[in-house]
Amino acid sequence: MDLLAKELVYKPDTEFHLNNISFGMKKGEIYTILGRTLSGKTTLLKAIAGLVNPQSGRILFDGADLSRVPVWKRNIAMVYQQFINYPHLNVFDNVAFPLRQRGVSDKELKSRVYDAIERVGLKDFESRKIQALSGGQQQRVALARSLAKQAKILLLDEPLVNLDYKLREQLREEFGRIFTSEFSSESILVYSSTDPMEAMQLGGETIVLDEGQILQQGPASEIFENPATTRVAEITNDPAMNLLPGVIEDSKIVIDSKMKLTIPLHFRELSSGQYTFGIRASDISLSKKGHGFTVELAEISGSETFLHARHDDVSLVGQLDLVKNFNVGEAVNLQFDAQKLYAFSADGNLVSSPFQEFGRG
Amino acid sequence: MFVVAPFLWALSTSFKDFNSVTGGATYIPWVDFEPSLEGWRVLLRSPAQGGVNIVEPYFNSIAVTCSASFISIFLGTLAAYALSRFTFKAGFIKNSDITFFFISQRIMPPIVLSIPFFIMLGKLGLLDSMVGLVMVYVVLLMPIAVWIMVDFFNKVPREIDETALIDGCNPYQAFYKVVLPNSVPGLIVAGMFCMIFGWTDFFFAFILTFTEVQLLPVAIVALNSSITPWWSLSASALVSVAPLIVVAFIVERYLSKGNLSGALK
Repeated sequence: MDLLAKELVYKPDTEFHLNNISFGMKKGEIYTILGRTLSGKTTLLKAIAGLVNPQSGRILFDGADLSRVPVWKRNIAMVYQQFINYPHLNVFDNVAFPLRQRGVSDKELKSRVYDAIERVGLKDFESRKIQALSGGQQQRVALARSLAKQAKILLLDEPLVNLDYKLREQLREEFGRIFTSEFSSESILVYSSTDPMEAMQLGGETIVLDEGQILQQGPASEIFENPATTRVAEITNDPAMNLLPGVIEDSKIVIDSKMKLTIPLHFRELSSGQYTFGIRASDISLSKKGHGFTVELAEISGSETFLHARHDDVSLVGQLDLVKNFNVGEAVNLQFDAQKLYAFSADGNLVSSPFQEFGRG
Repeated sequence: MFVVAPFLWALSTSFKDFNSVTGGATYIPWVDFEPSLEGWRVLLRSPAQGGVNIVEPYFNSIAVTCSASFISIFLGTLAAYALSRFTFKAGFIKNSDITFFFISQRIMPPIVLSIPFFIMLGKLGLLDSMVGLVMVYVVLLMPIAVWIMVDFFNKVPREIDETALIDGCNPYQAFYKVVLPNSVPGLIVAGMFCMIFGWTDFFFAFILTFTEVQLLPVAIVALNSSITPWWSLSASALVSVAPLIVVAFIVERYLSKGNLSGALK
């Protein structure tokens, strides 16, 4: 492991921002820190950068303790969620700033700056003022500055969150391309996000952070397929995975003592008892054979409709692959795909997933 | 119209003689009255020739105002940056209390400060000297600079400083390479206020100086005698306003270049 964090604790007031966090990161890899707002993502990145000093714990890079190294001597680059550039400089000088600061020779500086500007798609914008750029372009300048620096650790703190939907989609794709194809094998990339889609798209390793603690760490697909706990299942799905308390009895799944489902194959080793069942919004569909629900809210987004529905104490969100107007209070029949059901034990740990059998039940 | 009228009135009066002023309202030179340069001449003549010399007080004023403003801005900006970026805590005293302490210097009526200042400068042997005046003015002007700049720095995102640190600046470089260039509008506003307050102060200039160092406002008031010399008073009023007008025009030209407005989103 090239970057090693050991038992980081940061508690500026009454709440933990980092609660005993340890992890390791390797050069040439992409790491996504996935968590809701206030989960400690920014604090963690700032701790790596040296802008936040954890009260205890250590960060080692290439075997050397970083704790005593001031921010300006650590070889890092960071992009913030706000578009942070130097407003008094133009695009070229913004990107050149960290290189000038390091005394890079004029010739090398020029080639690195032009190269970075081209990579983020801002060619011919070199002499523009920062204020004359759109938000997306400003964020590209910030990214170009961090790329030109060729830092050992590149930190991106929710870089796309303040952009509008379309631009976010476009930039996410470009970021993915820049990072996967042209990223140096000598550097570590840490990307924080609230959006599970971004983690999936970037691939690499995902660290799920919640209330200053690491809940799960592993390849993005692994976390998506086998979320370790109900909380991880909520964080790593958008909309959050529906969690329905229920029981297994007489070879049936019974949710809210009314809805009965046939037991799927991957649940066959689970014993009778209390469980929390998880089903993704996208695995819910309209069907005459389904269970009766009442519509509480319906949102159309692109070619999909998000349906918030309730049946007594059970409320869930379905992501339907169609565009349809539902009226509030309208009765609908929803069917769960039992083959896609997750089962969590009463204390919230995963016991069975459609992708893997645990056989612990 | 309302802004320009008093100036025109003073301008016209400065060219009048005794009869033109006392003989009822007259407005236009050569038509209403015969212009005379007497009012202006008095200002340049030495006291021995029966004039009141304002040239020396004029340069005294410029020197004191400029140096006091410069020192205030320099120290005030540093203090403001510290107050804006770092958290100070000494018992119940916090950042906002320190900021308020600075401003409280301006809330106090000047008369309260005048006696301690007089005694202090007396003990230091700085009464009736430029250095003493500059010191007192720094005390008066720095709160303005701190107050304006704290507010300004609070609006410059902290992430800009942090980015500068990450990009290899030590805290001092981050301040003068990144934060300061982005604070030029605030510096100009603070500088303007310091200049205006320093230039127009009469009270301390009157109390803390006697004969050696005379400042312009005091010299102008000294023009007054048993007969109020309206013509030379008007002339000196115009002369004393002139530098501020020049400063205002320079700033305005700089502002309209667009470097300043909207530097930060």
